[in-house]
Amino acid sequence: MIQLDNVTKRFPGGQEALSGLSLSVDKGEMVFVTGHSGAGKSTLLRLIALIDRPSSGEVIVDNQNTRRVKRRKIPAYRRQIGMVFQDHKLLYDRPVFDNVALPLIIAGVSHRDAGRRVRAALDQVSLLHKEKQSPQTLSAGEQQRVGIARAIVTRPKVLIADEPTGNLDPDLSLEVMRIFRRFNEVGVTVLIASHDIALIDRLGCRRIALEDGRLQAEVDPWQ
Amino acid sequence: MAVTRNADAVAPVRSTGAFSIWLTRHISTAIGALGRLSRQPFASLMIILVIAVTLALPAAINVIVKNVQSVSGSWDNALDFSVYLGQDISVSEAEGLMRLIRQRADVESVKLITSDQALAEFKQQSGFGAALDQLGENPLPHTLVVRPGAGNTSASLILLQEEIGNLPEAELVQVDTEWVQRFHAILDIVRQAIAIGSALLAIAIVVIIGNTIRLDIENRREEIEVTKLIGASNAFVRRPFLWTGFWYGLLGGGFALLLVQYGLYLLKGPVSRLAGLYQGSISVTSLDLTESAAILGLAVFLGLFASWVTAARHMRRIEPR
Repeated sequence: MIQLDNVTKRFPGGQEALSGLSLSVDKGEMVFVTGHSGAGKSTLLRLIALIDRPSSGEVIVDNQNTRRVKRRKIPAYRRQIGMVFQDHKLLYDRPVFDNVALPLIIAGVSHRDAGRRVRAALDQVSLLHKEKQSPQTLSAGEQQRVGIARAIVTRPKVLIADEPTGNLDPDLSLEVMRIFRRFNEVGVTVLIASHDIALIDRLGCRRIALEDGRLQAEVDPWQ
Repeated sequence: MAVTRNADAVAPVRSTGAFSIWLTRHISTAIGALGRLSRQPFASLMIILVIAVTLALPAAINVIVKNVQSVSGSWDNALDFSVYLGQDISVSEAEGLMRLIRQRADVESVKLITSDQALAEFKQQSGFGAALDQLGENPLPHTLVVRPGAGNTSASLILLQEEIGNLPEAELVQVDTEWVQRFHAILDIVRQAIAIGSALLAIAIVVIIGNTIRLDIENRREEIEVTKLIGASNAFVRRPFLWTGFWYGLLGGGFALLLVQYGLYLLKGPVSRLAGLYQGSISVTSLDLTESAAILGLAVFLGLFASWVTAARHMRRIEPR
Protein backbone atom coordinates (compact mmCIF):
# COMPACT_ATOMS: atom_id res chain seq x y z
CA MET A 1 0.00 0.00 0.00
CA ILE A 2 2.86 2.34 0.86
CA GLN A 3 6.20 1.86 -0.78
CA LEU A 4 9.40 3.90 -0.70
CA ASP A 5 12.23 3.10 -3.12
CA ASN A 6 15.61 4.57 -2.37
CA VAL A 7 14.11 7.87 -1.22
CA THR A 8 16.36 10.80 -0.42
CA LYS A 9 15.09 14.11 0.86
CA ARG A 10 17.65 16.85 0.86
CA PHE A 11 16.86 20.31 2.15
CA PRO A 12 18.11 23.49 0.49
CA GLY A 13 20.83 23.80 3.15
CA GLY A 14 22.28 20.47 2.01
CA GLN A 15 21.42 18.31 5.02
CA GLU A 16 19.58 15.10 4.29
CA ALA A 17 16.45 14.21 6.23
CA LEU A 18 16.16 10.88 4.46
CA SER A 19 19.04 9.09 2.75
CA GLY A 20 18.25 6.30 0.33
CA LEU A 21 15.37 4.96 2.40
CA SER A 22 13.40 1.97 1.13
CA LEU A 23 10.49 0.42 2.95
CA SER A 24 7.05 -0.94 2.30
CA VAL A 25 3.82 -1.24 4.21
CA ASP A 26 1.36 -3.88 3.04
CA LYS A 27 -2.34 -3.36 2.59
CA GLY A 28 -4.13 -3.69 5.93
CA GLU A 29 -0.93 -3.53 7.92
CA MET A 30 -0.30 -1.33 10.96
CA VAL A 31 3.29 -0.15 11.15
CA PHE A 32 5.14 2.19 13.51
CA VAL A 33 8.05 4.37 12.51
CA THR A 34 10.32 5.14 15.43
CA GLY A 35 13.45 7.14 15.95
CA HIS A 36 14.78 10.18 17.73
CA SER A 37 13.54 13.56 16.71
CA GLY A 38 15.37 14.47 13.54
CA ALA A 39 15.63 10.85 12.45
CA GLY A 40 13.31 11.53 9.51
CA LYS A 41 9.94 10.25 10.79
CA SER A 42 8.04 13.43 10.05
CA THR A 43 9.75 13.90 6.69
CA LEU A 44 8.66 10.39 5.73
CA LEU A 45 5.02 11.20 6.54
CA ARG A 46 5.26 14.56 4.77
CA LEU A 47 6.39 12.81 1.61
CA ILE A 48 3.47 10.41 1.83
CA ALA A 49 1.03 13.30 2.35
CA LEU A 50 2.68 15.23 -0.53
CA ILE A 51 3.46 18.18 1.71
CA ASP A 52 6.98 17.68 0.40
CA ARG A 53 8.39 15.85 -2.58
CA PRO A 54 11.44 13.60 -2.47
CA SER A 55 14.72 14.86 -3.91
CA SER A 56 15.18 11.45 -5.50
CA GLY A 57 13.57 8.04 -5.32
CA GLU A 58 9.94 7.02 -5.55
CA VAL A 59 7.08 7.19 -3.08
CA ILE A 60 4.16 5.01 -4.12
CA VAL A 61 0.86 5.11 -2.23
CA ASP A 62 -2.04 2.88 -3.26
CA ASN A 63 -0.39 2.29 -6.66
CA GLN A 64 0.03 6.02 -7.28
CA ASN A 65 3.52 7.34 -7.74
CA THR A 66 3.50 10.68 -5.93
CA ARG A 67 6.00 12.02 -8.45
CA ARG A 68 3.25 11.88 -11.09
CA VAL A 69 0.65 13.66 -8.96
CA LYS A 70 0.45 17.15 -10.40
CA ARG A 71 0.20 20.17 -8.14
CA ARG A 72 -3.43 20.66 -9.13
CA LYS A 73 -4.23 17.06 -8.22
CA ILE A 74 -2.68 17.17 -4.75
CA PRO A 75 -5.98 18.01 -2.99
CA ALA A 76 -7.71 14.99 -4.57
CA TYR A 77 -4.72 12.84 -3.64
CA ARG A 78 -4.78 13.99 0.00
CA ARG A 79 -8.47 13.21 0.27
CA GLN A 80 -7.62 9.51 -0.08
CA ILE A 81 -5.41 9.62 2.99
CA GLY A 82 -6.50 10.17 6.58
CA MET A 83 -4.04 12.31 8.52
CA VAL A 84 -3.65 12.74 12.27
CA PHE A 85 -1.27 15.30 13.76
CA GLN A 86 0.47 15.71 17.07
CA ASP A 87 -1.09 19.14 17.58
CA HIS A 88 -4.50 17.90 16.32
CA LYS A 89 -4.80 20.82 13.87
CA LEU A 90 -8.45 21.35 14.71
CA LEU A 91 -10.29 24.55 13.83
CA TYR A 92 -11.21 26.24 17.06
CA ASP A 93 -13.76 28.65 15.63
CA ARG A 94 -16.31 25.90 15.09
CA PRO A 95 -17.82 23.01 17.03
CA VAL A 96 -16.58 19.43 17.03
CA PHE A 97 -19.25 18.36 14.57
CA ASP A 98 -18.14 20.91 11.93
CA ASN A 99 -14.51 19.93 12.39
CA VAL A 100 -15.26 16.31 11.66
CA ALA A 101 -17.62 17.23 8.79
CA LEU A 102 -14.99 19.35 7.01
CA PRO A 103 -13.43 16.55 4.89
CA LEU A 104 -16.92 15.51 3.77
CA ILE A 105 -17.82 19.07 2.82
CA ILE A 106 -14.57 19.31 0.86
CA ALA A 107 -15.42 16.02 -0.86
CA GLY A 108 -18.90 17.34 -1.74
CA VAL A 109 -20.97 14.90 0.27
CA SER A 110 -24.60 15.92 0.72
CA HIS A 111 -25.65 17.47 4.00
CA ARG A 112 -27.78 14.54 5.10
CA ASP A 113 -25.14 11.92 4.36
CA ALA A 114 -22.49 14.07 6.02
CA GLY A 115 -24.50 14.28 9.24
CA ARG A 116 -24.83 10.50 9.43
CA ARG A 117 -21.19 9.88 8.71
CA VAL A 118 -19.94 12.49 11.18
CA ARG A 119 -22.01 10.95 13.95
CA ALA A 120 -20.78 7.50 13.04
CA ALA A 121 -17.17 8.69 13.16
CA LEU A 122 -17.69 10.49 16.47
CA ASP A 123 -19.35 7.38 17.84
CA GLN A 124 -16.26 5.37 16.99
CA VAL A 125 -14.07 7.64 19.08
CA SER A 126 -16.75 7.82 21.83
CA LEU A 127 -17.35 11.56 21.44
CA LEU A 128 -20.87 11.55 20.03
CA HIS A 129 -22.18 13.40 23.09
CA LYS A 130 -19.71 16.28 22.55
CA GLU A 131 -20.49 17.10 18.91
CA LYS A 132 -21.81 20.59 19.73
CA GLN A 133 -18.90 21.62 21.93
CA SER A 134 -15.99 23.75 20.88
CA PRO A 135 -12.71 21.81 20.64
CA GLN A 136 -11.25 24.25 23.16
CA THR A 137 -13.47 22.86 25.90
CA LEU A 138 -12.15 19.34 25.33
CA SER A 139 -9.16 17.67 26.96
CA ALA A 140 -6.04 16.94 24.91
CA GLY A 141 -7.02 13.29 24.58
CA GLU A 142 -10.51 14.19 23.43
CA GLN A 143 -9.14 16.71 20.94
CA GLN A 144 -6.90 14.04 19.49
CA ARG A 145 -9.91 11.73 19.18
CA VAL A 146 -11.73 14.48 17.27
CA GLY A 147 -8.68 14.65 15.01
CA ILE A 148 -8.90 10.92 14.45
CA ALA A 149 -12.64 11.11 13.74
CA ARG A 150 -11.92 13.77 11.12
CA ALA A 151 -9.21 11.59 9.57
CA ILE A 152 -11.44 8.53 9.23
CA VAL A 153 -14.78 10.17 8.40
CA THR A 154 -14.14 9.86 4.65
CA ARG A 155 -13.22 6.21 5.18
CA PRO A 156 -9.69 6.38 3.73
CA LYS A 157 -7.69 3.31 2.85
CA VAL A 158 -4.58 4.75 4.43
CA LEU A 159 -4.25 6.47 7.78
CA ILE A 160 -1.03 8.23 8.72
CA ALA A 161 -0.33 9.80 12.10
CA ASP A 162 2.58 11.94 13.23
CA GLU A 163 3.25 11.52 16.96
CA PRO A 164 -0.47 11.22 17.73
CA THR A 165 0.23 10.57 21.42
CA GLY A 166 3.03 13.11 21.75
CA ASN A 167 1.07 15.32 24.13
CA LEU A 168 -0.82 12.63 26.01
CA ASP A 169 -0.19 10.75 29.25
CA PRO A 170 0.35 6.95 29.04
CA ASP A 171 -3.27 5.96 29.71
CA LEU A 172 -4.68 8.30 27.09
CA SER A 173 -1.93 7.26 24.68
CA LEU A 174 -2.92 3.64 24.95
CA GLU A 175 -6.55 4.55 24.41
CA VAL A 176 -5.71 6.51 21.25
CA MET A 177 -3.51 3.69 19.94
CA ARG A 178 -6.32 1.22 20.53
CA ILE A 179 -8.61 3.36 18.40
CA PHE A 180 -6.04 3.18 15.58
CA ARG A 181 -5.83 -0.57 16.13
CA ARG A 182 -9.58 -0.96 15.71
CA PHE A 183 -9.51 0.87 12.39
CA ASN A 184 -6.64 -1.31 11.32
CA GLU A 185 -8.68 -4.39 12.19
CA VAL A 186 -11.34 -3.41 9.64
CA GLY A 187 -8.76 -3.13 6.88
CA VAL A 188 -7.30 0.37 7.06
CA THR A 189 -3.56 0.56 6.46
CA VAL A 190 -2.07 2.53 9.35
CA LEU A 191 1.36 4.16 9.55
CA ILE A 192 2.22 5.93 12.81
CA ALA A 193 5.34 7.89 13.66
CA SER A 194 6.08 7.64 17.37
CA HIS A 195 8.99 7.49 19.77
CA ASP A 196 7.03 5.73 22.53
CA ILE A 197 8.61 2.30 22.14
CA ALA A 198 7.17 0.88 25.34
CA LEU A 199 3.68 1.64 24.13
CA ILE A 200 4.35 0.25 20.65
CA ASP A 201 5.64 -3.03 22.05
CA ARG A 202 2.37 -3.54 23.91
CA LEU A 203 0.45 -3.31 20.63
CA GLY A 204 2.51 -5.97 18.88
CA CYS A 205 2.95 -4.26 15.51
CA ARG A 206 5.83 -4.14 13.08
CA ARG A 207 8.26 -1.35 13.92
CA ILE A 208 10.61 0.46 11.55
CA ALA A 209 13.41 2.29 13.32
CA LEU A 210 15.01 5.25 11.56
CA GLU A 211 18.28 6.91 12.41
CA ASP A 212 19.74 9.85 10.56
CA GLY A 213 17.33 9.27 7.69
CA ARG A 214 18.37 5.64 7.25
CA LEU A 215 16.71 2.38 8.12
CA GLN A 216 18.31 1.27 11.37
CA ALA A 217 16.27 -1.80 12.31
CA GLU A 218 13.00 -3.55 11.64
CA VAL A 219 11.24 -5.33 14.45
CA ASP A 220 8.46 -7.70 13.49
CA PRO A 221 6.88 -9.42 16.48
CA TRP A 222 5.42 -12.12 14.24
CA GLN A 223 8.69 -13.37 12.91
CA MET B 1 -17.80 -0.36 20.52
CA ALA B 2 -16.90 -2.21 17.39
CA VAL B 3 -15.83 -0.21 14.37
CA THR B 4 -17.83 -2.40 12.03
CA ARG B 5 -21.03 -1.75 13.90
CA ASN B 6 -21.93 1.35 12.01
CA ALA B 7 -22.52 0.77 8.33
CA ASP B 8 -22.50 4.48 7.48
CA ALA B 9 -18.87 4.88 8.37
CA VAL B 10 -17.88 2.03 6.09
CA ALA B 11 -19.76 3.21 3.01
CA PRO B 12 -17.44 4.86 0.51
CA VAL B 13 -17.72 8.57 -0.19
CA ARG B 14 -20.12 9.12 -3.06
CA SER B 15 -21.57 12.28 -4.51
CA THR B 16 -25.31 12.34 -5.06
CA GLY B 17 -27.12 15.17 -6.83
CA ALA B 18 -23.92 17.04 -7.58
CA PHE B 19 -25.66 20.28 -8.57
CA SER B 20 -27.91 20.52 -5.54
CA ILE B 21 -24.93 19.77 -3.29
CA TRP B 22 -22.92 22.45 -5.09
CA LEU B 23 -25.77 24.91 -4.64
CA THR B 24 -26.27 24.09 -0.96
CA ARG B 25 -22.54 24.49 -0.34
CA HIS B 26 -22.51 27.87 -2.05
CA ILE B 27 -25.52 29.08 -0.10
CA SER B 28 -24.06 27.94 3.19
CA THR B 29 -20.69 29.49 2.31
CA ALA B 30 -22.44 32.74 1.39
CA ILE B 31 -24.35 32.79 4.66
CA GLY B 32 -21.18 31.86 6.51
CA ALA B 33 -19.30 34.77 4.94
CA LEU B 34 -22.12 37.14 5.87
CA GLY B 35 -22.10 35.78 9.40
CA ARG B 36 -18.37 36.39 9.60
CA LEU B 37 -18.90 40.02 8.58
CA SER B 38 -21.66 40.45 11.15
CA ARG B 39 -19.39 39.13 13.90
CA GLN B 40 -17.19 42.20 13.42
CA PRO B 41 -19.98 44.70 12.81
CA PHE B 42 -17.93 47.84 13.34
CA ALA B 43 -15.01 46.91 11.09
CA SER B 44 -17.35 45.59 8.39
CA LEU B 45 -19.53 48.68 8.50
CA MET B 46 -16.49 50.95 8.14
CA ILE B 47 -15.36 49.17 4.99
CA ILE B 48 -18.88 49.07 3.58
CA LEU B 49 -19.25 52.81 4.22
CA VAL B 50 -15.93 53.58 2.54
CA ILE B 51 -17.08 51.62 -0.50
CA ALA B 52 -20.49 53.32 -0.39
CA VAL B 53 -19.06 56.84 -0.25
CA THR B 54 -16.57 56.04 -3.00
CA LEU B 55 -19.40 54.79 -5.21
CA ALA B 56 -21.90 57.47 -4.22
CA LEU B 57 -19.59 60.31 -5.19
CA PRO B 58 -19.50 59.74 -8.97
CA ALA B 59 -23.10 58.48 -8.93
CA ALA B 60 -24.28 61.70 -7.28
CA ILE B 61 -22.35 63.95 -9.66
CA ASN B 62 -23.77 61.94 -12.51
CA VAL B 63 -27.31 62.49 -11.25
CA ILE B 64 -26.66 66.23 -10.92
CA VAL B 65 -25.34 66.41 -14.47
CA LYS B 66 -28.35 64.48 -15.67
CA ASN B 67 -30.70 66.91 -13.94
CA VAL B 68 -28.89 69.98 -15.22
CA GLN B 69 -29.01 68.47 -18.68
CA SER B 70 -32.75 67.90 -18.51
CA VAL B 71 -33.19 71.54 -17.52
CA SER B 72 -30.89 72.81 -20.24
CA GLY B 73 -32.47 70.40 -22.69
CA SER B 74 -35.50 72.67 -22.86
CA TRP B 75 -33.18 75.45 -24.02
CA ASP B 76 -32.10 73.44 -27.01
CA ASN B 77 -35.18 74.52 -28.93
CA ALA B 78 -34.70 78.11 -27.89
CA LEU B 79 -32.19 78.84 -30.59
CA ASP B 80 -34.13 81.81 -31.95
CA PHE B 81 -32.08 84.64 -33.26
CA SER B 82 -32.98 88.22 -33.98
CA VAL B 83 -32.36 89.94 -37.32
CA TYR B 84 -32.32 93.75 -37.05
CA LEU B 85 -33.17 95.36 -40.35
CA GLY B 86 -31.82 98.59 -41.68
CA GLN B 87 -33.50 101.87 -40.68
CA ASP B 88 -34.53 102.55 -44.27
CA ILE B 89 -36.56 99.35 -44.61
CA SER B 90 -40.29 99.89 -44.72
CA VAL B 91 -42.89 97.70 -43.00
CA SER B 92 -44.06 96.18 -46.29
CA GLU B 93 -40.45 95.39 -47.28
CA ALA B 94 -39.96 93.79 -43.89
CA GLU B 95 -43.13 91.72 -44.35
CA GLY B 96 -41.89 90.61 -47.77
CA LEU B 97 -38.58 89.55 -46.29
CA MET B 98 -40.39 87.67 -43.53
CA ARG B 99 -42.37 85.67 -46.10
CA LEU B 100 -39.19 84.97 -48.04
CA ILE B 101 -37.30 83.62 -45.06
CA ARG B 102 -40.29 81.64 -43.91
CA GLN B 103 -40.13 79.62 -47.16
CA ARG B 104 -36.74 78.23 -46.28
CA ALA B 105 -36.77 74.56 -45.36
CA ASP B 106 -34.44 75.05 -42.39
CA VAL B 107 -36.67 77.68 -40.79
CA GLU B 108 -39.64 76.84 -38.64
CA SER B 109 -41.17 80.28 -38.20
CA VAL B 110 -40.42 83.94 -38.52
CA LYS B 111 -42.03 86.70 -36.49
CA LEU B 112 -41.94 90.38 -37.41
CA ILE B 113 -41.69 92.97 -34.69
CA THR B 114 -42.20 96.34 -36.31
CA SER B 115 -40.39 99.37 -34.95
CA ASP B 116 -43.69 100.73 -33.61
CA GLN B 117 -44.44 97.52 -31.73
CA ALA B 118 -40.92 97.45 -30.38
CA LEU B 119 -41.16 101.03 -29.22
CA ALA B 120 -44.53 100.45 -27.54
CA GLU B 121 -43.18 97.39 -25.76
CA PHE B 122 -40.05 99.23 -24.73
CA LYS B 123 -42.05 102.16 -23.41
CA GLN B 124 -44.19 99.83 -21.38
CA GLN B 125 -41.35 97.81 -19.91
CA SER B 126 -38.72 100.47 -19.38
CA GLY B 127 -40.86 103.11 -17.78
CA PHE B 128 -39.20 105.78 -19.89
CA GLY B 129 -42.50 106.42 -21.63
CA ALA B 130 -42.48 110.20 -21.15
CA ALA B 131 -38.82 110.56 -22.11
CA LEU B 132 -39.29 108.51 -25.25
CA ASP B 133 -42.25 110.66 -26.23
CA GLN B 134 -39.79 113.53 -26.48
CA LEU B 135 -38.03 111.80 -29.33
CA GLY B 136 -39.42 112.97 -32.60
CA GLU B 137 -38.47 109.84 -34.40
CA ASN B 138 -38.58 106.14 -33.55
CA PRO B 139 -34.92 105.02 -33.20
CA LEU B 140 -35.75 101.31 -33.25
CA PRO B 141 -35.52 99.19 -36.41
CA HIS B 142 -37.91 96.48 -37.54
CA THR B 143 -36.86 93.11 -36.20
CA LEU B 144 -37.38 89.58 -37.52
CA VAL B 145 -37.25 86.80 -34.90
CA VAL B 146 -36.24 83.60 -36.69
CA ARG B 147 -36.83 80.20 -35.17
CA PRO B 148 -34.75 77.56 -37.00
CA GLY B 149 -36.22 74.15 -37.83
CA ALA B 150 -35.63 71.24 -35.47
CA GLY B 151 -33.51 69.40 -38.01
CA ASN B 152 -30.62 71.86 -37.83
CA THR B 153 -27.18 70.96 -36.59
CA SER B 154 -25.03 73.56 -34.94
CA ALA B 155 -23.04 73.91 -38.21
CA SER B 156 -26.17 74.41 -40.32
CA LEU B 157 -27.41 76.93 -37.77
CA ILE B 158 -24.31 79.02 -38.21
CA LEU B 159 -24.74 78.80 -41.99
CA LEU B 160 -28.36 79.88 -41.71
CA GLN B 161 -27.42 82.84 -39.54
CA GLU B 162 -24.70 83.86 -41.98
CA GLU B 163 -26.96 83.61 -45.01
CA ILE B 164 -29.65 85.75 -43.43
CA GLY B 165 -27.04 88.17 -42.12
CA ASN B 166 -25.73 88.60 -45.67
CA LEU B 167 -29.12 89.72 -47.00
CA PRO B 168 -28.91 93.42 -47.98
CA GLU B 169 -31.86 94.33 -45.77
CA ALA B 170 -30.30 92.81 -42.65
CA GLU B 171 -28.18 95.09 -40.52
CA LEU B 172 -27.29 92.80 -37.64
CA VAL B 173 -27.92 89.18 -36.61
CA GLN B 174 -27.88 88.63 -32.90
CA VAL B 175 -27.66 85.12 -31.48
CA ASP B 176 -28.79 85.02 -27.86
CA THR B 177 -28.16 81.37 -27.36
CA GLU B 178 -24.44 80.97 -27.80
CA TRP B 179 -24.08 80.50 -24.06
CA VAL B 180 -26.34 77.44 -24.26
CA GLN B 181 -23.84 75.81 -26.58
CA ARG B 182 -20.96 76.80 -24.32
CA PHE B 183 -22.87 75.37 -21.41
CA HIS B 184 -23.29 72.07 -23.22
CA ALA B 185 -19.60 71.98 -23.99
CA ILE B 186 -18.89 72.47 -20.29
CA LEU B 187 -21.29 69.66 -19.41
CA ASP B 188 -19.44 67.41 -21.83
CA ILE B 189 -16.18 68.18 -20.06
CA VAL B 190 -17.77 67.51 -16.67
CA ARG B 191 -19.10 64.20 -17.93
CA GLN B 192 -15.64 63.23 -19.19
CA ALA B 193 -14.15 64.20 -15.84
CA ILE B 194 -16.69 62.02 -14.05
CA ALA B 195 -15.78 59.09 -16.26
CA ILE B 196 -12.09 59.49 -15.45
CA GLY B 197 -12.80 60.06 -11.76
CA SER B 198 -15.08 57.02 -11.66
CA ALA B 199 -12.36 54.82 -13.11
CA LEU B 200 -9.93 56.02 -10.43
CA LEU B 201 -12.48 55.45 -7.69
CA ALA B 202 -13.21 51.97 -9.03
CA ILE B 203 -9.51 51.21 -8.67
CA ALA B 204 -9.67 52.58 -5.12
CA ILE B 205 -12.56 50.24 -4.31
CA VAL B 206 -10.67 47.25 -5.70
CA VAL B 207 -7.67 48.20 -3.56
CA ILE B 208 -9.79 48.68 -0.42
CA ILE B 209 -11.63 45.37 -0.79
CA GLY B 210 -8.49 43.55 -1.90
CA ASN B 211 -6.57 44.78 1.12
CA THR B 212 -9.38 43.82 3.49
CA ILE B 213 -9.58 40.35 2.00
CA ARG B 214 -5.80 40.04 2.24
CA LEU B 215 -5.90 40.80 5.97
CA ASP B 216 -8.76 38.34 6.34
CA ILE B 217 -6.70 35.67 4.58
CA GLU B 218 -3.70 36.37 6.83
CA ASN B 219 -5.90 36.07 9.91
CA ARG B 220 -7.24 32.74 8.74
CA ARG B 221 -3.94 31.42 7.50
CA GLU B 222 -3.89 28.51 9.91
CA GLU B 223 -7.41 27.50 8.99
CA ILE B 224 -6.49 27.60 5.30
CA GLU B 225 -3.41 25.46 5.91
CA VAL B 226 -5.36 22.86 7.87
CA THR B 227 -8.13 22.79 5.28
CA LYS B 228 -5.61 22.30 2.49
CA LEU B 229 -3.89 19.60 4.51
CA ILE B 230 -7.04 17.53 4.57
CA GLY B 231 -7.52 17.85 0.84
CA ALA B 232 -9.20 21.16 0.07
CA SER B 233 -8.52 22.59 -3.38
CA ASN B 234 -7.58 26.23 -3.97
CA ALA B 235 -11.10 26.79 -5.26
CA PHE B 236 -12.57 25.47 -2.03
CA VAL B 237 -10.50 27.70 0.26
CA ARG B 238 -11.04 30.66 -2.05
CA ARG B 239 -14.82 30.39 -2.03
CA PRO B 240 -15.61 32.04 1.33
CA PHE B 241 -13.38 34.98 0.42
CA LEU B 242 -15.16 35.44 -2.90
CA TRP B 243 -18.43 35.56 -1.04
CA THR B 244 -16.96 38.10 1.39
CA GLY B 245 -16.01 40.27 -1.59
CA PHE B 246 -19.49 39.79 -3.02
CA TRP B 247 -21.11 40.99 0.20
CA TYR B 248 -18.78 43.98 0.50
CA GLY B 249 -19.74 44.98 -3.04
CA LEU B 250 -23.47 44.40 -2.64
CA LEU B 251 -23.76 46.12 0.74
CA GLY B 252 -21.44 48.96 -0.31
CA GLY B 253 -23.48 49.45 -3.51
CA GLY B 254 -26.74 49.37 -1.55
CA PHE B 255 -25.47 51.97 0.92
CA ALA B 256 -24.27 54.11 -2.00
CA LEU B 257 -27.79 54.11 -3.48
CA LEU B 258 -29.22 55.12 -0.12
CA LEU B 259 -26.69 57.94 0.17
CA VAL B 260 -27.55 59.27 -3.30
CA GLN B 261 -31.29 59.05 -2.65
CA TYR B 262 -30.94 60.79 0.69
CA GLY B 263 -28.83 63.55 -0.86
CA LEU B 264 -31.47 64.10 -3.56
CA TYR B 265 -34.15 64.17 -0.91
CA LEU B 266 -32.23 66.96 0.84
CA LEU B 267 -31.95 68.86 -2.47
CA LYS B 268 -35.63 68.59 -3.29
CA GLY B 269 -36.68 71.56 -1.11
CA PRO B 270 -34.12 74.09 -2.40
CA VAL B 271 -34.69 73.03 -6.01
CA SER B 272 -38.44 73.47 -5.84
CA ARG B 273 -37.88 76.88 -4.24
CA LEU B 274 -35.59 77.80 -7.13
CA ALA B 275 -38.14 76.48 -9.62
CA GLY B 276 -40.77 78.62 -7.94
CA LEU B 277 -38.62 81.70 -8.48
CA TYR B 278 -38.39 80.93 -12.19
CA GLN B 279 -42.08 80.07 -12.48
CA GLY B 280 -40.79 76.87 -14.01
CA SER B 281 -41.46 73.27 -13.26
CA ILE B 282 -38.03 71.91 -12.45
CA SER B 283 -38.22 68.53 -10.78
CA VAL B 284 -35.35 66.46 -9.46
CA THR B 285 -34.94 63.15 -11.26
CA SER B 286 -33.20 60.52 -9.18
CA LEU B 287 -31.57 57.27 -10.27
CA ASP B 288 -33.90 55.08 -12.30
CA LEU B 289 -34.08 51.32 -11.99
CA THR B 290 -31.47 50.62 -14.68
CA GLU B 291 -28.99 53.04 -13.16
CA SER B 292 -29.51 51.64 -9.67
CA ALA B 293 -29.05 48.12 -10.96
CA ALA B 294 -25.92 49.23 -12.83
CA ILE B 295 -24.40 50.72 -9.67
CA LEU B 296 -25.20 47.59 -7.65
CA GLY B 297 -23.90 45.37 -10.44
CA LEU B 298 -20.70 47.37 -10.73
CA ALA B 299 -20.20 47.25 -6.95
CA VAL B 300 -20.68 43.49 -6.87
CA PHE B 301 -18.37 43.05 -9.84
CA LEU B 302 -15.65 45.15 -8.20
CA GLY B 303 -16.05 43.18 -4.94
CA LEU B 304 -15.79 39.84 -6.70
CA PHE B 305 -12.93 40.99 -8.90
CA ALA B 306 -10.93 42.32 -5.95
CA SER B 307 -11.45 39.22 -3.83
CA TRP B 308 -10.75 36.93 -6.76
CA VAL B 309 -7.44 38.56 -7.59
CA THR B 310 -6.37 38.76 -3.95
CA ALA B 311 -7.45 35.25 -3.03
CA ALA B 312 -5.91 33.72 -6.14
CA ARG B 313 -2.60 35.41 -5.36
CA HIS B 314 -2.49 34.43 -1.70
CA MET B 315 -4.05 30.98 -1.79
CA ARG B 316 -1.27 29.60 -3.90
CA ARG B 317 1.28 30.88 -1.41
CA ILE B 318 -0.34 29.37 1.66
CA GLU B 319 0.58 25.71 1.67
CA PRO B 320 0.76 23.36 4.63
CA ARG B 321 4.23 23.28 6.18
